[in-house]
Amino acid sequence: MSDEKKPDAKTEAALPGPNAEVEKGDTKAAAEHGATTGDNLPAAPGTVPEPVVVGERRGMFGAADVGDTSGYGGLRTPILFPAAAQRPYGGWFDEIADSLERGLVGGDASFGEAVERVVVDRGELTLHVRREHLPTVARVLRDDPALRFEICTGVSGVHYPGEQGRELHAVYHFLSITHGSRRVRVEVSCPDGDAHIPSIVSIYPAADWHERETWDMFGIEFDGHPSLTRILMPDDWPGHPQRKDYPLGGIPVEYKGATIPPPDQRRSYN
Amino acid sequence: MGIEEKLPAGFLLTTVEQVAGYMRKSSVWPATFGLACCAIEMMAVGTPDYDIARFGMERFSATPRQADLMIVAGRVSQKMAPVVRQVYDQMPEPKWVISMGVCASSGGMFNNYAIVQGVDHIIPVDVYLPGCPPRPEMLLNAILTLHEQIQGSKLGVNRVAAARAAEEAALRATPTHQMKGLLAEGAGSLRVAAGLQAPHDHTVAHRHGGAGGVA
Amino acid sequence: MSTTPDTHTPEARENLDIYATSAADTADTEGARVFNAAGGDWDQLSDDATALHEERIVVNMGPQHPSTHGVLRLILELDGETVTEARAGIGYLHTGIEKNMEFRTWTQGVTFCTRMDYVAPLFNEAVYCLAVEKLLGITDQIPQRASVIRVLMMELNRISSHLVALATGGMEMGATTVMTVGFRERERVLAIFEMISGLRMNHAFIRPGGVAQDLPPGAIDKVRDAVPAIRKGLGELELLLNENPILKGRTVDVGYLDLTGCMALGITGPILRSTGLPHDLRKSDPYCGYETYDFEVVTRDSCDAYGRLRIRLDEMYESLKIVEQCVDRLQANPGPVMVEDKKIAWPAQLAIGGDGMGNSLDHIREIMGTSMESLIHHFKLVTEGFRVPPGQAYAAVESPKGELGCHAVSEGGTRPFRAHFRDPSFNNLQATAAMCEGGQVADVIVAVASIDPVMGGVDR
Repeated sequence: MSDEKKPDAKTEAALPGPNAEVEKGDTKAAAEHGATTGDNLPAAPGTVPEPVVVGERRGMFGAADVGDTSGYGGLRTPILFPAAAQRPYGGWFDEIADSLERGLVGGDASFGEAVERVVVDRGELTLHVRREHLPTVARVLRDDPALRFEICTGVSGVHYPGEQGRELHAVYHFLSITHGSRRVRVEVSCPDGDAHIPSIVSIYPAADWHERETWDMFGIEFDGHPSLTRILMPDDWPGHPQRKDYPLGGIPVEYKGATIPPPDQRRSYN
Repeated sequence: MGIEEKLPAGFLLTTVEQVAGYMRKSSVWPATFGLACCAIEMMAVGTPDYDIARFGMERFSATPRQADLMIVAGRVSQKMAPVVRQVYDQMPEPKWVISMGVCASSGGMFNNYAIVQGVDHIIPVDVYLPGCPPRPEMLLNAILTLHEQIQGSKLGVNRVAAARAAEEAALRATPTHQMKGLLAEGAGSLRVAAGLQAPHDHTVAHRHGGAGGVA
Repeated sequence: MSTTPDTHTPEARENLDIYATSAADTADTEGARVFNAAGGDWDQLSDDATALHEERIVVNMGPQHPSTHGVLRLILELDGETVTEARAGIGYLHTGIEKNMEFRTWTQGVTFCTRMDYVAPLFNEAVYCLAVEKLLGITDQIPQRASVIRVLMMELNRISSHLVALATGGMEMGATTVMTVGFRERERVLAIFEMISGLRMNHAFIRPGGVAQDLPPGAIDKVRDAVPAIRKGLGELELLLNENPILKGRTVDVGYLDLTGCMALGITGPILRSTGLPHDLRKSDPYCGYETYDFEVVTRDSCDAYGRLRIRLDEMYESLKIVEQCVDRLQANPGPVMVEDKKIAWPAQLAIGGDGMGNSLDHIREIMGTSMESLIHHFKLVTEGFRVPPGQAYAAVESPKGELGCHAVSEGGTRPFRAHFRDPSFNNLQATAAMCEGGQVADVIVAVASIDPVMGGVDR
């Protein structure tokens, strides 16, 4: 299975035993949860959702520019994000999923059309929503009495250059005060060439500046936003700084007898 | 700047310089130019615990037109840079600048696209004050250093001569990355660092392994 | 970008505006006259303006202005003294902290994120560390003493942050004594911070896995002695603020934003609590053991700046209560302050030596003399850092300004792949328009002060 190739020693030591009802990020647990055998065997291929590959690590220490002298230079490890979760999700996550499914009935899209993946990881529920159905889902999240996520705390952009066709993600976090500070995450992705996501400002006006910031930093255009302009950078700044292909932009620093290059050009082991 | 600029050099000018210097340093009015974390420490300097009022400087002037000293307290972002320059230009002579904190002096820990790497890219700085953020006492030390500079600053003909001398010294000075640290062999210590004495021949130093001590 | 003005004709040279900041200015304001108040005769300028017979003028306040909390630019359209439109222009302190963190290890990220909201740095550190610990899955393994120290530091920071808010708010309204009293009390808190973490501000004290080091001897007594002194100082502040008729005149019914407005704009913190909704993450979504402390959530129902001022004052008293409880617990329960897993725990115990603070000699003796493993851990953790399993996590704390959240994404390496901070001031500043439009210019200042934005957090 692909999850065996991860540099396991350190990560295994860092993870505790499984919590009572919440799933960990370890893909083995997800597989076990889905498998119906009691023999602790990995599930047969194709029966359980696979972890999502978002990139690739090269070598033991991620040395990109200078030669990798560790001897493990040829190591290629996929970066695996947690796989889709299987029902039951645990805790009140099932309630949310059911309420959302009910709320979407009769609307523009059904649950299956709108939500491409549900991930339960580290005690958090993430709904991967298709971008064209984002406003519908947001409206249901806000208005449905069982969901009632009044506050959209913000939009966060993430750029995964390794995930072809889905490079730019916009991550929305919602908070429900009525239901005791429940949180849910909605993640929408779009390809680099066609970075358009419908805006939810008409549903959650709080997302106004957050969407502007995501546009400013990542270049994701939010269709329907009243005024999508630069907010953090100067108005005429070219480029979108927090993308992975935008350099950090530092200058070399002079010391007595040496010049230290900026952080993104130094030797790095990660 | 005034009539004192037109006086001929000599004993009279020296006395005028001392008097003018004393007057100027005793009532420097800072402009409120707090940008980030250092601004909080600058505000703390104005409060009774550290009390900048004992120097006559508690009157922070919001308008640069009535300010003498611009304490650039905090990181200067690319968006803010034209504003810094505009505020500096709006200050009347004589004016001084303290760049407070490492971000204002050199970009600090933020060596990236968004921060100007040192406010001296935009405006001339008189005193650099390192720290992240510098304690209020450190800011007071910088202010006292500036006061000494102001007290000793020349007028008229002497001022022109002093500016020329400073320019000459700067042109002759060793670039930082060719300087030797104080512990390096053959470094000749401070005189070399001040650019008053030529540094040793690098090839000789390398052969003796002297330069290897640095970095 | 080019700003070279036209200097070919004498008329152009005469009208040369050397302070025009960009050619875009003239393009954007097509049809409107732009007056740059940059020297020259004010009378002439105001004569020109009145000659236009326009009632509405756009006034730019900031980014450098004494009445703005840091570098905030307020663009106001005025009709006489009434504000018809108010917009906040931000970004003048954008530092690229989030991008910088992608090039540093997870522990080094603490030193960066701490400088965002610089009046409440420990909250930034805490939320980041909570997110990292969630990613690592060690939230249950954080030692209790570390959690108590975190709560202690955070509550002290809440006090110092509210003191800055009240002090600068008072100064902006003209009450300079409020500023001196506020900062005097703040110095007491900063002295405690300096004793415990070594720095007055921007301490990189809360680290993933626990806190950087245990309390030095004498710290508990210092905190115990400071609490009644701070309480007395808060009493002085209350005397100056609570029933002051001028202050009430300036803050009552100013900056009005009711519950509907708050919910629409996603506002949290004292502004939301001033509408009557007792929403506080410390109670509703507790972290660091907050559910075990005894404190109240302060609310008012006046929805105005005065209510928020009173809330901040009362919250400081509640924080003092929590501080006393923390100190009792710390005195009673010694213990480790870092998670047990040596592959994550920050290794060095620092101590004051002859030349300042550095690694304690006991630790050096151990790693050099007895334990090869400790030496390796120390080396690897300091140079490379620990690795975090891939995934993403969101943690939120109740900072003095509202809900401060951190969305951390890891791709299995030693560096954050993405660390995004949801700063409450960034969100709450969107309420400027709702609060200020229809009011007077002087009320804009009070309203913005009651939002208490800290531009470092807004712009990151």
